[in-house]
Amino acid sequence: MHFGPHLLLAALEGLVTSAVLALTALGLSLVFGVMRVVNVAHGEFFMLGAVLAWAITTAIGGHPALGFLAALVIAPLIVGAIALVAERLVLRRLNYNPEATIVATIGMLYIIQQLALSFYGPEARPVEPPFSYRILLPWFGYSGYKLSIIATSALLLIATWLVLTRTRIGLIMRATQYDSETAQAFGIPVGRVYGGVFALGAMLAAVAAVLIVPISQAHYLMGQDPLLLSFIVVIIGGLGSLRGTVVAAVLIGLSDGIISMFFSPTLAKIIATLLVAMVLVFRPQGLFGTASR
Amino acid sequence: MADKNGFFDLSKTALTRRTALKGLAAGAGLAVAPGFVRYSQAQSSAPIKIGFQSHRTGIGAAYGRWYEKTTAAAVKAINAAGGINGRQVEVIIEDDGTDPGRGAEVVGKFATQHKTDIVFGTLFSHVVIGSAPAAGENKIPYFVVSEGHHVASTKLNRYVFQPGITDVKSQIQSMAPWIAANAGKKVTQIFPDFAFGYDHRDYLPPALKAQGADVIAQIAIPPTESSFTKYFPQIPPETEVIYHVMVGPAVLTFVKELGEFYGSNRPQLFGFIDSLEATDINSPGLEFLDGSHFWEGSPRYAQADDSEAQKAYRAAVGIDDNGAAVGDPKDVSTAAHMFGCWETLYVVKKAMEDAGYKGPEDRAKLVEATEALTAFAEGPEHPQGAKTFNGKIHQCFGIQNISKVEGGKLKVVHKTKIEDGLYEAEGDYTTQAL
Repeated sequence: MHFGPHLLLAALEGLVTSAVLALTALGLSLVFGVMRVVNVAHGEFFMLGAVLAWAITTAIGGHPALGFLAALVIAPLIVGAIALVAERLVLRRLNYNPEATIVATIGMLYIIQQLALSFYGPEARPVEPPFSYRILLPWFGYSGYKLSIIATSALLLIATWLVLTRTRIGLIMRATQYDSETAQAFGIPVGRVYGGVFALGAMLAAVAAVLIVPISQAHYLMGQDPLLLSFIVVIIGGLGSLRGTVVAAVLIGLSDGIISMFFSPTLAKIIATLLVAMVLVFRPQGLFGTASR
Repeated sequence: MADKNGFFDLSKTALTRRTALKGLAAGAGLAVAPGFVRYSQAQSSAPIKIGFQSHRTGIGAAYGRWYEKTTAAAVKAINAAGGINGRQVEVIIEDDGTDPGRGAEVVGKFATQHKTDIVFGTLFSHVVIGSAPAAGENKIPYFVVSEGHHVASTKLNRYVFQPGITDVKSQIQSMAPWIAANAGKKVTQIFPDFAFGYDHRDYLPPALKAQGADVIAQIAIPPTESSFTKYFPQIPPETEVIYHVMVGPAVLTFVKELGEFYGSNRPQLFGFIDSLEATDINSPGLEFLDGSHFWEGSPRYAQADDSEAQKAYRAAVGIDDNGAAVGDPKDVSTAAHMFGCWETLYVVKKAMEDAGYKGPEDRAKLVEATEALTAFAEGPEHPQGAKTFNGKIHQCFGIQNISKVEGGKLKVVHKTKIEDGLYEAEGDYTTQAL
């Protein structure tokens, strides 16, 4: 294949990765930004989203788009509810102590993984895409559904941004993030905000998973890669920075697509990890993060 | 980040005398509980214990589940017919997590804690390779149902056997003539970037060369990869056959993306069934495979000419004519591999009877008796087909099936012969000390 089409394919693949990664990493970043909790179980909420999408689409049947749309709405809601329960039962009782919550979320990771293995099983199961349209380019065919992921993700990111910057909910979240004690003094129910943010973070991961599951499959171990990549994105972009998360996700997704196509996938991972190290050395707060107070 | 609440302060949780006594009492209770009974009477009444190293979790879990079902069915049949040397067979299962490190631990656990007579089971080649040294150190016979060339290469040790399933080198050699004659002469290989994949990488080019065909590109894909489109531009345009052998949960994505990339205008496809094991051929996106060919050790779908032994085996294991669990058409089996568990257990039975095996002190005798075996006849004990066994390389050789995907089913179109897969032994385990 010639260089031009080759690069086009690499860029398309990279953008799909970026789109899903941006949503997943945004969830991780929000939770840390507002609650100072490093959620190691984030990847498992992603996996739950995919597994539930399979369950919902299988239960509904009919035209694949029906099941898929239902999954896009219901799966994140269920995952959000599970996250809310976990937050109430575990994180709150630890007073959001940073070290303790890391250990606790590692525990959650294993619990969720084992529950998925017990109830869903070890198989990778497919979910039918809502529509299958193959875009025929002169050099190769490309999945129309994959392109729609990029568009959907962009819309969701804009919506999240609007909520954070233009609504009262966003204002409360930002106030809690800025100084939770003062916010509490001004009558903001910090505990409820924390619960909501943790659920929202998990829901973003679940949405990302529902979007990706028709081109990948639901599998109980699928949470590991998104977790690692989300950490990379969040560290490079700056914890709690929405703009940084999106920029870093595009950067990592594209570099992964292009480097792994022209050189090797291992080299892409090496470069991404090296980038994390460099960012930690020269700009510990991340490219767009603000220095900690 | 201070430890304000004392979550990490272990000094507060000192062991009280009461707790220690409770622990002791519980331990003593366990020791007299059933299962810990010592068979002090004649050894002949104690069951023969087989330690089953199973992929219960990790990427091999679907295989593990079916390996367990097949093993349970075979043990049930063996016990119903009087067991081995008049003793019942008991299987003890430990999860290896499809992980080489845990695999080695499990082998050690069987040898020292469960004190099993042998270790049996596992599939994934990296787990076999990781566990083999532990079997050698503990001098415990280790019967694997993998298919990599690692056992037959004589790179492992004298305690490792693969008597129930043919190895990749032999499989490839027996199928290369069919590929060259029917699919095409210019082949691009796509394989997983680890042990089992390397067998394909190393042995396909010479096998095809001998048939006047060529491997024109080799694309290695890391085992953790979940998206494949970015590798497809590496497939040379003049490719006539894409030879694919992918394993793990991402295989469906692999085939679907290949379908999107090529559409109907694709080269011929020849796949090792590993690309499709435990996967429903009628899954969305797999229509693309229609008309392509797969290699199968034992056919997934019941064939018109199935032997009585094959029918009885399928009924015992509980798979229907489509190779799915009886009563659950979505629960697709790993039919092309799991017969190896059934057959290996019958090889173990034969070797134990030949050796007059009584207990762990006879393990060396068991090794020698297994090495002395030469052939297994097709029948209820070997439903996949007749096999020859080479005691020097601890490897069996059998027939393979080449099947075509037609109307959402696999139909066998060619069966190879045992001779097609024979090769020169690369070493001799029998020269190693026991």
